[in-house]
Amino acid sequence: MTDDAVLHETMEVLYRTESRRVLATLIRLLGDFDLAEEALHEAFVAALERWTQEGPPANPRAWLVSAGRFRGIDVLRRRGRYDASLAELARRVDTEGPEDNDAEGLEDDRLRLIFTCCHPALPPEAQVALTLRQVCGLTTEEIAHAYLTRASTVAQRIVRAKAKIREARIPYQVPSPEELPDRLDSVLHVIYLVFNEGYSASSGESLTRADLSAEAIRLGRLLVELLPEPEAAGLLGLMLLQESRRAARTSPEGELILLDDQDRALWNREQIAEGSALVERALLSRRFGPYTLQGAIAAVHAEAQDAATTDWAQIVGLHDVLARADRSPVVALNRAVAVAMRDGPAAGLALIEGIFARGELDDYHLAHAAHADLLRRLGRTGEARTAYERALALVRQEPERRFLERRLDELQTNDFREDS
Amino acid sequence: MKYLILAYGEESKMASLTQDDIDGIIRDTSQYDEELKQTGHHLWGMSLGWGSTILRLRDGKLTITDGPYAATKEVVGGVVLIEARDLNEAIQVASLHPAARMGEQWGWGIELRPIEEAPLCKEQPSA
Repeated sequence: MTDDAVLHETMEVLYRTESRRVLATLIRLLGDFDLAEEALHEAFVAALERWTQEGPPANPRAWLVSAGRFRGIDVLRRRGRYDASLAELARRVDTEGPEDNDAEGLEDDRLRLIFTCCHPALPPEAQVALTLRQVCGLTTEEIAHAYLTRASTVAQRIVRAKAKIREARIPYQVPSPEELPDRLDSVLHVIYLVFNEGYSASSGESLTRADLSAEAIRLGRLLVELLPEPEAAGLLGLMLLQESRRAARTSPEGELILLDDQDRALWNREQIAEGSALVERALLSRRFGPYTLQGAIAAVHAEAQDAATTDWAQIVGLHDVLARADRSPVVALNRAVAVAMRDGPAAGLALIEGIFARGELDDYHLAHAAHADLLRRLGRTGEARTAYERALALVRQEPERRFLERRLDELQTNDFREDS
Repeated sequence: MKYLILAYGEESKMASLTQDDIDGIIRDTSQYDEELKQTGHHLWGMSLGWGSTILRLRDGKLTITDGPYAATKEVVGGVVLIEARDLNEAIQVASLHPAARMGEQWGWGIELRPIEEAPLCKEQPSA
């Protein structure tokens, strides 16, 4: 390779590994997302020019931060010729100087960036888009592709979110200890949303989008590394335990395989070991929340040889704790399915029908699918058929639709046998 | 990625421009080009003259008519080809263009189009 090609490759690697950290610091130093992004871009342009002649410096990150800050002030001055407030801002940024630039300060900047992108004042889809772009470094087009939307739709969400941060003067800070639990919830929620969209795509042709799950796990690791909160470890453990089943939950033809029917030899043991250890660590802290509990449930499944030898009593026990902390109907639905495994389909059915009677989950296809499954196991074929049909009317994802159609077909075949 | 900035204006409204306005626009536009060149975003750019000519097949025969091509009052007055990391960076670069910062009374505006670098594997337009 020529020297130029080597440098270009070094720059690409550097962009991937350093650009998010440098951006996080430049936002603090320059006080604005857009300006920091421009400054980051210019810092890399300047680096390519300078390093071609002199070779890369000993500490490229510090060089890029310093060049970016200088360029950012320069941009403000240039525009300040027409806008006095920008000129004033340039003076302020310049005289304040970069403080807090030791290693710890810079790590704090990455946390500041995560908490700001996941600020509850922003709509959830904007939190997701902003986090994927600013923290993970995905391009607008990549995010749009992953979420099957137009690039212009995602771009607009990001533009509006940045405007909101500016106008509402959302501070670029790691929340105080009093605020931390609520704000951390918001961050964990965004990470789990990204993971779930990758693990079980809400719509479209394919069952999963592995790239989004991988980004979520990367984000989870970053958070655990930066912030030693048990529930962050619990979420990372949960994601790893779910991810460990990826190869087993889809057939070679792309069909959905339920947990009970999966070939457990295909489960990723390394991810199970790491995930279980994280969940255990979180449980021992006694300051865990719903993600850790769900992780604990996933860990019990991971230990079992098959569905029959699974410790269903322990799983129901964990669901009981979860249901006390989180009264959402989806949690109640999952508990009902576990109870059906421990005490038989009739016990689970009563719980699911209770949820429907409260007017909840009527538009959730998985609730109707679970309802149908229990009715089927109880031999109530006609009612099971109605429930499968209701689930089919609501499902938006192709492999899930085909799974429900197969179940409905089997029902009709068995029905025919019973009649004849 | 590469993006094309298409700067639109309304020809009839542009008639009200004074010489000062025109001088100002030229100054702003060249300053914008200069800034883009400094930052590495600028690849190529041109101002377009008024009047357009349309070539189109009609019943298999080439016909020549007056433009603009689309039945609107707005026509493209300038094009800039830029390099940007993604659509949001391109929006940021385009938002500094004079047609995005002024000229509301002349019907100014910008259309941003991605350049297809590999025409055979183009992205499906989503619904």
